[in-house]
Amino acid sequence: MKYGYYPGCSLERNAIAYHRSAMAVADALDIEFVEVDDWNCCGATEYISIDALPAYALVARNLALASQQKQNGNGNQLVAPCSACYLNLQKTNHYMADSPELAQQVNTALQAGGLNYDPGSVRVRHLLDILTQDVGYDAVAEKVTKPLYNLRIAPYYGCLIVRPGFDDTYHNPEYPTCLDELMRKLGATVVDYPVKTHCCGGHMTQISEPVALDLIRRLLKNAADYQADAIVTLCPMCQLNLDGYQEAVNKHFGTNYQIPILYFTQLMGLAFGIKPKKLGFGKEFVDARPALAKIEAEPPKKPKKRKRPPKEALPMPNLTEGM
Amino acid sequence: MSTKEKIGVYICHCGSNIAGMVDVEDVAKWSGEELADEGVIVARDYQFMCSSLGQELIEDDIKEKGLTRVVVGACSPHLHEATFRGACQRAGLNPFLCEMVSLREQVSWVLTDKKVATAKSKALVAGGVERVALHEPLEPLTVPIHPATLVVGGGIAGIQAALEIADSGHHVYLVERDPSIGGHMAQFDKTFPTLDCSACILTPKMVSAGNHPNITLLSWSEVEQVDGYVGNFTATIRKKARYIDEDLCTGCGVCIEKCPKKVIDNVFEAGLGYHKAVDRPFPQAVPKYPVIDKDNCIYFQRGKCRACEIFCPTKAIDFEQEDELIQVQVGNIILATGFDLFDSRRIPQYGYGRLANVFTSLEFERMCNAAGPTNGQVVLRDGVTQPKSVAIVHCVGSRDKNYNSYCSNICCMQSLKFAHLVKERTGAEVYNFYIDMRTIFKDYEEFYQKVLSEGVHFIRGRVAEITDAAREPGEEDKLIVQAEDTFIGKQRRIPVDMVVLSAGLEPRSDSKEVGHTFGISCSMNGWFTEKHPKLDPVATMTEGIFIAGACQGPKDIPASVAQGAAAAARVLGRINQGELALEPVRASVIEELCSGCRICNTLCPFNAISFDTVRKITEINAALCQGCGTCVAACPSEAITGTQFSNAQVLAQLDGLLMLDFSGKPVRQLHPELVPA
Repeated sequence: MKYGYYPGCSLERNAIAYHRSAMAVADALDIEFVEVDDWNCCGATEYISIDALPAYALVARNLALASQQKQNGNGNQLVAPCSACYLNLQKTNHYMADSPELAQQVNTALQAGGLNYDPGSVRVRHLLDILTQDVGYDAVAEKVTKPLYNLRIAPYYGCLIVRPGFDDTYHNPEYPTCLDELMRKLGATVVDYPVKTHCCGGHMTQISEPVALDLIRRLLKNAADYQADAIVTLCPMCQLNLDGYQEAVNKHFGTNYQIPILYFTQLMGLAFGIKPKKLGFGKEFVDARPALAKIEAEPPKKPKKRKRPPKEALPMPNLTEGM
Repeated sequence: MSTKEKIGVYICHCGSNIAGMVDVEDVAKWSGEELADEGVIVARDYQFMCSSLGQELIEDDIKEKGLTRVVVGACSPHLHEATFRGACQRAGLNPFLCEMVSLREQVSWVLTDKKVATAKSKALVAGGVERVALHEPLEPLTVPIHPATLVVGGGIAGIQAALEIADSGHHVYLVERDPSIGGHMAQFDKTFPTLDCSACILTPKMVSAGNHPNITLLSWSEVEQVDGYVGNFTATIRKKARYIDEDLCTGCGVCIEKCPKKVIDNVFEAGLGYHKAVDRPFPQAVPKYPVIDKDNCIYFQRGKCRACEIFCPTKAIDFEQEDELIQVQVGNIILATGFDLFDSRRIPQYGYGRLANVFTSLEFERMCNAAGPTNGQVVLRDGVTQPKSVAIVHCVGSRDKNYNSYCSNICCMQSLKFAHLVKERTGAEVYNFYIDMRTIFKDYEEFYQKVLSEGVHFIRGRVAEITDAAREPGEEDKLIVQAEDTFIGKQRRIPVDMVVLSAGLEPRSDSKEVGHTFGISCSMNGWFTEKHPKLDPVATMTEGIFIAGACQGPKDIPASVAQGAAAAARVLGRINQGELALEPVRASVIEELCSGCRICNTLCPFNAISFDTVRKITEINAALCQGCGTCVAACPSEAITGTQFSNAQVLAQLDGLLMLDFSGKPVRQLHPELVPA
């Protein structure tokens, strides 16, 4: 499998662990990522709110470069591991297709650099989408050599990849389950994480720290309430906020959370038997080692006898049937 | 083309409906002058052609000028074709020599440029004139009406329809898929807005239907196939094996008592209670005979047990019983197949199935029912604890483009009823989350005011999520309902013990297949389509098939009963006529041309086409055919022709529209406004 690859700025610095683990996992799964030559910043979450046209032009330059690239493989697909980059690329791609006027303005801007972009000619995908849909759960399960038995994981999707639900990729944008399923294939125990698509605060840490800290606290608290050993994320922004500000949250609220925040690709790599060093472990602020030490070689034993509910209790609805 | 026919053209103003966009006087004048060669000898315009004065205009011209054909340019034939055919008939002209062209629905209502509208009107009139010249006089078909009726679905709408017909002395076959009639209404405790006991008003009707000498009740049965046509249907009904001999069973219930196997009842108890492997849905079931649930019966699964058989005092248990196919002859059919509840698991952020104390509306109905799993106690999933606070969420799966965009009609009143019942039985704080409060029928608004005065809290805002993720003190171990209160413009988080989801109504999951079996169509959503949304709500486009109740769209009990009675009245009208005149607009097969390719066989939406396997040709049942023309267009050998839709007629109409003569040469300038750029 071959895809165009847009790493985005974060993957080169604070999310280097994401980049390394993604590459290692891709290698193990025979995926070839061809990095877009001379790509630029996607404008992150701010630029579009400040001045839309230059923001779209900034993103469209990357799409134009990607569309010229010959080695993107089938269907001219561009993979972005960072949720913010993914959303910006998707938005630009869709809004240019919806509005010929915007497309024309953006292309006028691109002409200055001798570029042109035909909206929709590149298909933008998120890394999680590729690994769950194109590669598939079964192919991932086949590669697992060191299952993550007994590790309790809170799957955190963040708010950027699921909404506004372009191409209907995540089935249910309010309650996606693909990351849950992927983690289960690695042998991990996935806890119900009702805040899975709630906001991490984004750049609110720079604008109004108390607001951001409260948003981060909710995510940590919920994971702690469900006794998760780690939160798994797929977005550099989320990872930075939950990991880098965990200490600040503890200070602010008098709590003592010590929950490592890991990229889903790191755990995939670990389960594939790739050396932790190659996966960027050790870069995190909250030490992942105590959590990883809980991994056991044997799957957790199922309780022999299911606890019988009291006679007067009403039956629970069947969750899977009819879904 | 010249013709020997004398044609009159009549252009209606329809007040300003047509005249506001079309220069009607110009169209009439043009028709009289330009279409004179085509046989038009008189062309008039009039303010309301459908009025008695307008009709008399046509009648007088037929008598005085000897018109042999009439073209009326007015509204859609759906609305007034019968009117103008009647006028022709009164004046002694065969009604099928009248052609309508739609200058309102197809011109004035859809165009915005008067010049274009006028030009298009002229083209349509020219088409009508060319076509009508080739019309032939037709005589209507008459078919006798079999006096028996098939009612499908034994909910309140079906029961009502069956009783109305049976009471007037005609026979009814009432077919019900479940072991007992009663439908959803049998599951409820109280009914809004009067709060009378559902069972108290329903069971007498069920018993009447069960005992009525004119009703053959076929429960635990399904209609498999319908052949024939209005007045003379043959329905094939599968009577599923109960494994109980109805002639011997006294309904004593010993088998139920002795059966050792208990399973969750997902149908009648909505998953909240249990039933035995041999059981009836509820003690007042009609008929009283239980059914053995083969999938859960220990004997059927493991070959041992037979406890029911051992204890049955009348030897009514029959493990060897098989499904039975019954054929009945009926003249008319009423479908009252009801609705399914929206599956709340489709909205995972509402937590149904994940969070124990989130309940659906049907679960809550069973909980409130004195004969239900909790004997009418409002309790949490543990079966003991009374809630101190309850949230009721309206519009679950309704008015939401992600699920169903329509309003489910009953949920506002149902939710108000729930609020009242919670207050009455637990005294808990109740929070109703709604989008708009729709309490539009008689005494409904008064009920809303009553519930308001009971101290129920109303929060106007769609619920974003229901979660157990506590954020603040006071939220621990509660369900938190988050919604934007749109009156104060703020997000609110209300911690409660229990949530009831007022799930919307959906068409039956198999409504499209059922529609196909009976030859009627469904809307995009899957609700059965009525013949006219306002003026013919219980008839369908297929003669002899009527619909009643929630199978046509979400409806409460009063509306379902009204429709059941209305459908019965329509059927009784038919039965009293004795025979029925059918539109003679029909397709027929020219046998010499039919190659037996069978392309048309599967296309007919009315099941009117059959194949003669001996002669290897297709046949069309004239009484079943509705003249839609699908097969005519599909036939590669031009072997099917439609009366009123023959190739010659349609081509002539096209020539008129395009202003061409029969050889394809233009005879007149096509109006410049209509020439494609």
